[in-house]
Amino acid sequence: MTKKYPLRIVAFTCFNCAYAAADLAGSMRLSYHPAVSIVGIPCTGAVEPAVILNAFEQGVDGVFVAGCLDGECHYKTGNLHARERVRQLRGDLERIGLEPERLEMYQLSAAMGSRFAELVNEFVERIYGLGPSPVRPGLDCGERKK
Amino acid sequence: MIVAEQKPFKEIVECLRGKYDLLIVPCMSCTAVCFAGGSQQGEELASALRIHCKMHGDGLNCTVRSLNRQCDPEFIEELAEEAAKADSILSLACGVGVQFLAERYPDKAVIPALNTRFAGGKTAPGIWEERCSLCGNCVLHVTGGICPITRCAKGLLNGPCGGSEQGVCEIDPDVPCAWQMIIDRMSTLGRLDELLAIQRPKDWSTGNAGGLRRLVREDLRG
Repeated sequence: MTKKYPLRIVAFTCFNCAYAAADLAGSMRLSYHPAVSIVGIPCTGAVEPAVILNAFEQGVDGVFVAGCLDGECHYKTGNLHARERVRQLRGDLERIGLEPERLEMYQLSAAMGSRFAELVNEFVERIYGLGPSPVRPGLDCGERKK
Repeated sequence: MIVAEQKPFKEIVECLRGKYDLLIVPCMSCTAVCFAGGSQQGEELASALRIHCKMHGDGLNCTVRSLNRQCDPEFIEELAEEAAKADSILSLACGVGVQFLAERYPDKAVIPALNTRFAGGKTAPGIWEERCSLCGNCVLHVTGGICPITRCAKGLLNGPCGGSEQGVCEIDPDVPCAWQMIIDRMSTLGRLDELLAIQRPKDWSTGNAGGLRRLVREDLRG
């Protein structure tokens, strides 16, 4: 994988599955793209849309949410709520003017360390294909243009 | 409660054209409860607007300031300091809150972020239904606690009509016949015979056909 420009990607990962899978990928000494900043959370159902939008507002190039497989959420349906929220947020991003492909939901188990590394690399390639976020710092939203 | 939903983002952006200092005001009462205009939705909208502005190079300062209620002058007063710095206010309240803000801050452009839909409640997670038409002359004591004005498509006081089939209204297979529900409820209560009494035409003078309605309580006036 060639480094075309520095990327910033945030991954909201559930402690019970994807976060552990990322840990396993490290234990397995699998390498994946270093642009991903992993944020561990108790359940993907706890990720509020405002947090994801705030990440995009700060200029990150992509965000993915990684939760448990269907039927394996420790809080029963948190992953399903997260999946629906991500689906809606992708629509919101499109209406705002950002590519919805910059946001994705993945589901995996704690044992899927190699799959986690694969997903990260796939997502990074996708974001490279889209180019840097047009919201990158440099354009100051607060600047008055009267 | 008052049930509302957010206006399309594009419509909100159009309303904000030419504005520079925006005060976003979520309402922590009804519209927060129906997940349309609470502080979370306010923060989401602020983020979305900032992203949109960064992409289009528009300068827009967004500040979010929640109020417990916007249908009460005492709470609206809390906004005075922030409102003074803004040239426009985006309210996430129902139509009442928007108008109260516009009355209190007449030199600001007050913009509604929501469409106010109806007076109702949550019937299941993510589903809200109308329950009251605010007719001002309640008949629920006669109809077993089910409002025929709101829930019958024809608003009949003596039903059901011929469009009721197997407990469903002819307008939509997902809409139960209100009068079938009333009959079932009154049967359960053992009061079915009360429905034999013909309801006289309702007094609609308390309805909304006569312009602005006002309620005065002398015991509470200052």
